[in-house]
Amino acid sequence: MSATRQAPTDGPVGDDQPVVEAVNVTKRFGSTLALSEAGIVVRRGETHALVGRNGAGKSTLVGILTGLQAADEGRVLFGGAAAPPLGDRDAWRRQVACVYQKSTIIPALTVAENLFLNRHARGPGRLIRWNTLRRQAQELLAEWSVDVDVRQPAATLTVEQRQFVEIARALSFGARFIILDEPTAQLDGAGIGRLFARIRDLRAQGVTFLFISHHLQEIYEICDQVTVFRDARHIVTAPVAQLSRPALVAAMTGEDVSMPEAAPRPPSREVPVLVSVRDLVTASGAQLSLEARAGEVVGIAGGGGSGKVEVAEAIVGLARPAGGTITLDGRRLRPGSVPDALAAGVGLVPQDRHREGLVPLLSIAENVTMTVPHRVGRRGLISPARRDALARQSIADLAIKAAGPQVPVAELSGGNQQKVVMGRALASDPKLLVLITPTAGVDVRSKQTLLGVVEQVRRRGTTVLVVSDEVDDLRICDRVLVMFQGRVVREMAHGWSDNDLVAAMEGVDLHHV
Amino acid sequence: MSETLSTAASPAAAPPPSAGPPSRTLAIARLRDLALVPAIIAVAVVGFVVNPVFLSSDNIINVLQSMSEIAIVVLAQTIVLITGKMDLSLESTFGLAPGIAAWLVIDPALTRGLGLDVLPSAWAVPVVLAVGALVGAFNGLLIVRFGLNGFIVTLGMLIVLRGLLTGISGGKTFFALPESMTYLGSASWFGVPVSIWVSLLLFAVGIVVLGYTRAGRALYAIGGNVDAARAAGIRTDRVLWIALIVASMLAALAGLLISGRLASVPAAQGSGAIFQVFAAAVIGGVSLNGGKGTVFGAFTGVLLLFMIINVLTLAGVPAQWTNFLNGTVILVALVVSRITGGKAQT
Repeated sequence: MSATRQAPTDGPVGDDQPVVEAVNVTKRFGSTLALSEAGIVVRRGETHALVGRNGAGKSTLVGILTGLQAADEGRVLFGGAAAPPLGDRDAWRRQVACVYQKSTIIPALTVAENLFLNRHARGPGRLIRWNTLRRQAQELLAEWSVDVDVRQPAATLTVEQRQFVEIARALSFGARFIILDEPTAQLDGAGIGRLFARIRDLRAQGVTFLFISHHLQEIYEICDQVTVFRDARHIVTAPVAQLSRPALVAAMTGEDVSMPEAAPRPPSREVPVLVSVRDLVTASGAQLSLEARAGEVVGIAGGGGSGKVEVAEAIVGLARPAGGTITLDGRRLRPGSVPDALAAGVGLVPQDRHREGLVPLLSIAENVTMTVPHRVGRRGLISPARRDALARQSIADLAIKAAGPQVPVAELSGGNQQKVVMGRALASDPKLLVLITPTAGVDVRSKQTLLGVVEQVRRRGTTVLVVSDEVDDLRICDRVLVMFQGRVVREMAHGWSDNDLVAAMEGVDLHHV
Repeated sequence: MSETLSTAASPAAAPPPSAGPPSRTLAIARLRDLALVPAIIAVAVVGFVVNPVFLSSDNIINVLQSMSEIAIVVLAQTIVLITGKMDLSLESTFGLAPGIAAWLVIDPALTRGLGLDVLPSAWAVPVVLAVGALVGAFNGLLIVRFGLNGFIVTLGMLIVLRGLLTGISGGKTFFALPESMTYLGSASWFGVPVSIWVSLLLFAVGIVVLGYTRAGRALYAIGGNVDAARAAGIRTDRVLWIALIVASMLAALAGLLISGRLASVPAAQGSGAIFQVFAAAVIGGVSLNGGKGTVFGAFTGVLLLFMIINVLTLAGVPAQWTNFLNGTVILVALVVSRITGGKAQT
């Protein structure tokens, strides 16, 4: 079926008009520039990929294209006509629909009701006719060949079925332009195959897709065009076939500001092995074995779903591993026990400082000393003087910008909060320091300080594990283990190129294209 | 829906893996509504064995009447719980609304100085409902508009409203109520007390509204996933506000019924009842996390609680032990519904 028959119904607009066009869109959140004169043009019937590293502005663009956020500057056109006003949700839903990673399905309600929420079929007395509703739902799903029993509660759907149901619901509003936000993140290989078959099907029926993914492989498999965003800017739009993988990766990474970098150090044979992780298997199935010497900085890299965070949480005792042993300085750690890990000398900067890192209403001093009550206490009572002294030390060492140790961490900026988390990890003088995405959401200066501290810690003979997908974080490492889908796929010695590393994290091997 | 689109199924798309036998999940989902029916039958049999009077029509009317007022409050709480909020202040509204009506209409000459006699007695019932609506609107103002935590807001309101009733009554009991206030609670239609008719009627309306209207389904959508509800075009704030107002008005009406039955409004009317209300709703399968539960389920929850209390009374259990047994019944009923429901009650 030809895509040109999909003439827009809302005006005498030619078929050559792009289905959606964003021009010179700028969006600020407070002081951060989320989009800077960025734009995108998606033509009718194509499957268009939108890629970029974290913080490139993809989500902001999706928010603006779906009418959930207003652009500060610039405009959005659908089929050549200006976008509807933000308040008119129905008009937006006729133009565009987005299947988010986060479900917009209500689990306790049936599939049928989810499909027709707030537009239930009604009969006399404006009462809902459940039979008609179910039949309509069945017809809708049959029309798009989604094989799901509409009477079951939506909670019983698999991720894949839920996505199909959400796509069908979007189509039922009349939208023929659908944004898929990382649809493959939670799917296995077979599920991805079925999703792609469905996308090809719908494309043949005239549906246009904007496909957002971190997996470059998938973009080459399913998309016609690709647009790259970096640092809130539009970098390039090109047909997928004309953009080689190295060129795509280069467009995504670009040039970086100068960050601390590990000096090349020949691995010393004399330094003892301090940390040894043998055959670690996490509950989610990710596997890792590694040995690290005192003073060594080892990176564990990988994208979302690579298992890097899971193995790190298993090492520090936050999650109970399914198997394997962790030995630190000759002492075997009890699996899944944070107290034992702390006692053995493990320091941790957790993944999400808001959730696991800080108690926002407590002061810097209390947060920094939370893991080391024995160092600030005497006969079971906390000594505020000792606590504040220790906290002042951290404030000085890490250049935390705060009036004093009594300031609640909730009042600090993101970068300074992260420094407090780092200070807490260092308060126990750890033998092993595990940093999980240590610079997520912090400004450039704080990033420099945080990464600079790692170098000092290393000199004292602490082994450091840096778990991250940020190239800047990994640059301070002596070597980097790259994980993909739960396995270590490559080990890169110091001196790797950014493009190689990013490609390895995305599951692409640049040397075998 | 555009008809120009072809609907050819793709042979490449294998059927997605089925999530267990759907028919069985469905059967269980429907049965959950009836989960307490076997328990109710069992209690009825035990009650009959303990004392054959249990199944006499007089006793059944007695059980239904004793539960009718609390049942309406359970209905009110169910509406609020399904949206994912909770309203503790219902028990105080239950006392305050008829209290204020009585305060405004009764003659101080008859009641040793209680009351103001500023309104004709025909105004009593409208005043009761208006007080309920005002309390609900104020709860909505704090919870919906100002985004305050519903638990704490309604806990504060519980104390404030109780204090208000104690203040206007001087801690005493309003009596000598006009007939307009006592009629619903004391009259009978076709040999059955009006309060039973009223509560059954309200439950029937509740079943229809929550099961068969868009407004009712909006409550479930909001409780299940408020963002998804908003995305579906539901005006979540307005629906929440209306739910809180309706719940408070129901509690006020229930208070009017019990005041009519007892022909008085004690300052402590409804005090402590909220725990029984929550217990009945949760036993009846309503989730404290919102989005789950039915009006019929809530009804079976109240019915089961009051039948057990009645059986204990007929068995001659001393009144001093009633509270202990009430609490035990709640815990046992929770365990039973956890087993039959299969999922953790939250």
